[in-house]
Amino acid sequence: MPAIQSPGTEEIHPDVALVERAKGGDTAAFEQLVRQYERQIFRVAQHITQNREDAEDITQDAFLKAYEKLDQFQGNSKFSTWLVRIAVNESLMRLRKRKTSKTVSMDEDVQTEEGSIPRDFAEWRPNPEQIYDQNELGNILRKTIQGLPPGFRTVFTLRDIENLSTEETAEALGLSVPAVKSRLLRARLQLRERLSRYFGHKEGQPA
Amino acid sequence: MNCTDFLSQLTDYFDGQISPELLEEVRTHLGECSHCTVVLNTTRQTIEVYKGNEIYAISDDLRERLHSAIMDKCLASKR
Repeated sequence: MPAIQSPGTEEIHPDVALVERAKGGDTAAFEQLVRQYERQIFRVAQHITQNREDAEDITQDAFLKAYEKLDQFQGNSKFSTWLVRIAVNESLMRLRKRKTSKTVSMDEDVQTEEGSIPRDFAEWRPNPEQIYDQNELGNILRKTIQGLPPGFRTVFTLRDIENLSTEETAEALGLSVPAVKSRLLRARLQLRERLSRYFGHKEGQPA
Repeated sequence: MNCTDFLSQLTDYFDGQISPELLEEVRTHLGECSHCTVVLNTTRQTIEVYKGNEIYAISDDLRERLHSAIMDKCLASKR
């Protein structure tokens, strides 16, 4: 566990000043925050929902919500983590709407054992230049991550694609640190297992 | 350390958050277990291939459109 930073030694994140200015009504400051994070929020929403139109709506709604609730942001977490949390909640809500019969939450699907015990033991190393063109590789990666349960996909997206720390991911998802770690392990192992089907037996490697 | 113990340490291993004692045990296990060595290497490949390929790239056009829509909505809301 990282130690709680003592006051004085803590570096102040540049967003803090922007958020303060935005709270005071400076829309240019808020616009700068939008510029900084719109790509990330869109990516997160698209990874979770796997749908571009939903991701566009969610990105707009998440920033609107952040703007309207800016006074409630206490600065206990990073602004970006707070924003990601809003976007994740919006995304999961959207998924729930889409599949009306099934609930979608961070607690769902954790019972699955798929991929938690490795089965494929062939070495592989994707070599996109030789084996796949960039398009084909993108399709494989999209198809593979689409197959993960939303709860696992979300953790993998925040930790491994957006590079949030385990603690930030836990905060953004309202999960404990051990819960994030266990979902991340299983997400990575499931993806590994699925990618092995594509990359595992190329170039005459023994299975 | 057996294979199940190894898997339970994998996340901390990747994060570099593993105690020197456990790290030693992990290394010893890897020296003896080719399956876990493959799992380690290919899990690393999995993470790297996703990190290295932005699968949902956003075009400049879309970004501009999105940016304008966000700002329009926010400025209309008058919080």
